[in-house]
Amino acid sequence: MKLDLRLPIGLMFTIFGVILTLYGFASDRAIYNRSLGVNVNLWWGLVLLAFGLVMLAFALRGGRKAERGS
Amino acid sequence: MQHIQLGAVDYTLLIVYFAFVLGIGWVLRRYVRSSEDFFLSGRSIPAWIAGLAFLSANLGAQEVIGMAASGAKYGMMTSHFYWVGAIPAMVFVGLFMMPFYYGSRARSVPEYLKLRFDEKTRGFNAMTFAVMTVFSSGISMYALAKLLELVLGWSFHMSVILSAIIVLAYIFLGGLTSAIYNEVLQFFLIVLGFLPLVLLGLKDVGGWAGLTAKLETVATNAGFSAGAWSDSWRHLNSASANPMGVEWFGMVMGLGFVLSFGYWCTDFLVVQRAMAADSMTAARRTPLLAAFPKMLFPFLVILPGMIVIALQAGGTGLLPIGSDGTPNYNLAVPVMLAHYLPTGLLGLGLTALMASFMSGMAGNVTAFNTVWTYDIYQSYIRPGRPDAHYLRMGHAATVFGIVASVAAAYATTKFNNIMDMLQLVFAFVNAPLFATFLLGMFWRRTTGHGAFFGLLTGTLVAALHHGLVLPLGAAAGLKGGFLGAVLHTYPSEMAQNFWTAIFAWTSCFVATIVISLLTRPNKSDEDLKGLVYALTPRQRDEHLPWYKRPATLGVVVLAFTLVLNIIFW
Repeated sequence: MKLDLRLPIGLMFTIFGVILTLYGFASDRAIYNRSLGVNVNLWWGLVLLAFGLVMLAFALRGGRKAERGS
Repeated sequence: MQHIQLGAVDYTLLIVYFAFVLGIGWVLRRYVRSSEDFFLSGRSIPAWIAGLAFLSANLGAQEVIGMAASGAKYGMMTSHFYWVGAIPAMVFVGLFMMPFYYGSRARSVPEYLKLRFDEKTRGFNAMTFAVMTVFSSGISMYALAKLLELVLGWSFHMSVILSAIIVLAYIFLGGLTSAIYNEVLQFFLIVLGFLPLVLLGLKDVGGWAGLTAKLETVATNAGFSAGAWSDSWRHLNSASANPMGVEWFGMVMGLGFVLSFGYWCTDFLVVQRAMAADSMTAARRTPLLAAFPKMLFPFLVILPGMIVIALQAGGTGLLPIGSDGTPNYNLAVPVMLAHYLPTGLLGLGLTALMASFMSGMAGNVTAFNTVWTYDIYQSYIRPGRPDAHYLRMGHAATVFGIVASVAAAYATTKFNNIMDMLQLVFAFVNAPLFATFLLGMFWRRTTGHGAFFGLLTGTLVAALHHGLVLPLGAAAGLKGGFLGAVLHTYPSEMAQNFWTAIFAWTSCFVATIVISLLTRPNKSDEDLKGLVYALTPRQRDEHLPWYKRPATLGVVVLAFTLVLNIIFW
């Protein structure tokens, strides 16, 4: 395999998750009127972060396996 | 319409995404050494990646925007595009056609036609396909730039140039591998970017129960029975009972069989992803693995449209009303984004929209550069050069394909009916092609002349049918009736398209059989080994665990789809 695709996917969504979670903490509550009062940046940021970290974990595990194999 | 204001955090997300897209191309550039690497990823892509790319290449902005628009206009019946159309077709291409596509080692769909039939059939398919891909990527570029202009106030030129340069850069660097890797990234982004929109919308209308209750008002206001917007099958007994204006036969035969099988089984744009797989088993599993997420896509792309139209009836009035009194359905997704998502997630939603657009465009460009280089340039213009020559040509064709797409986008701004016209021609060319493949792969007696003239007959019959009928309320012209007489009026354009496809397919099927029987076979059984069902050894899968066997996967996905059809009956 040329480049473990899970690596960039995991990295990008981890970065997205961190940005959105931090912004969810920092932002003014008033902007969440349109999202029915839910702090969607915080919650969805955490979802993206979790997804990103799982992908990264798989990529790292896969990378170690490939090293042992070769 | 008032422009949406983006914050710094929205732009940050967009820029991070662009950086990753370009970065993937940059990292992959050193793996491109031969033309096979550039055009077919050196046939080294694992099944799950090929499968998600197979799905994503088709998931252009037009799909995201168009399916939501149809969801608003026709309601739950739009799910037939998935649960009757795409899924069975994807199972069919995986189980029955991939062994010939992959096994023949053809590098493109037109090349398969050459191996199976003859040069003229390949030439016809290669030329029409090349022209069509350039125009469809141009048209989707136009659609996206118009949308961004309307919603964000971005300049049309800037959107076109920016997206063209980014797509050009990553394909130029890493070829098909780069396009495929980015398509997988884009797939996750599209799902995770649009999902919060659907969840918030559903919460707002009171879940599925609240949505159906509101849609009853929509249906009765339009003069249909209460469930017309929330049931998929119940109102198909007659064309006048549902907003789509089709009855079950036209829907199953026209959309389910001819149009969907025609697209998923013969369009090189998607087939190319499976051809790049790393083994025969992986190639056969590619469309099957793609079918699982595809099965759930109606909830992601159709529901937003249904929610918008439900809110419209509830008085919120999200969709702007056009000059002809009907809502502008194409804006369903953008108005939902603006209505529910605050700064932050809004950036994610817009990035997802850009991603869907780029994946569609990259799909077109990679299919174009391959067909151009292998099937036109190498076959008719400069055969017999060293491989490095064709690799250079591939790079040049990528640049040319993008420039031509940009030109097509600007042509569309000048002549608005180019879009309608091309969709029409596309339908004329694609619908009969599936009959040619079906006969070619499963009836060894089919001859080259039979295939070519059958294809021509099908295309002409499609034009003839279209020229003699009209959808209700349309004036003669591009919409039909251009041959002077109008023999039949269909209740909707959708119904007219389905029937054009049925006529085209049937006439091609019959003409190919008749002409094949009248002409001498041009290929011996030896030539056809690996290209025709009867002359190809069966695939053996006993050594695979059950969850990796294509046949098992196909049955499972069809069973799930059946359940979905029954739940939303």
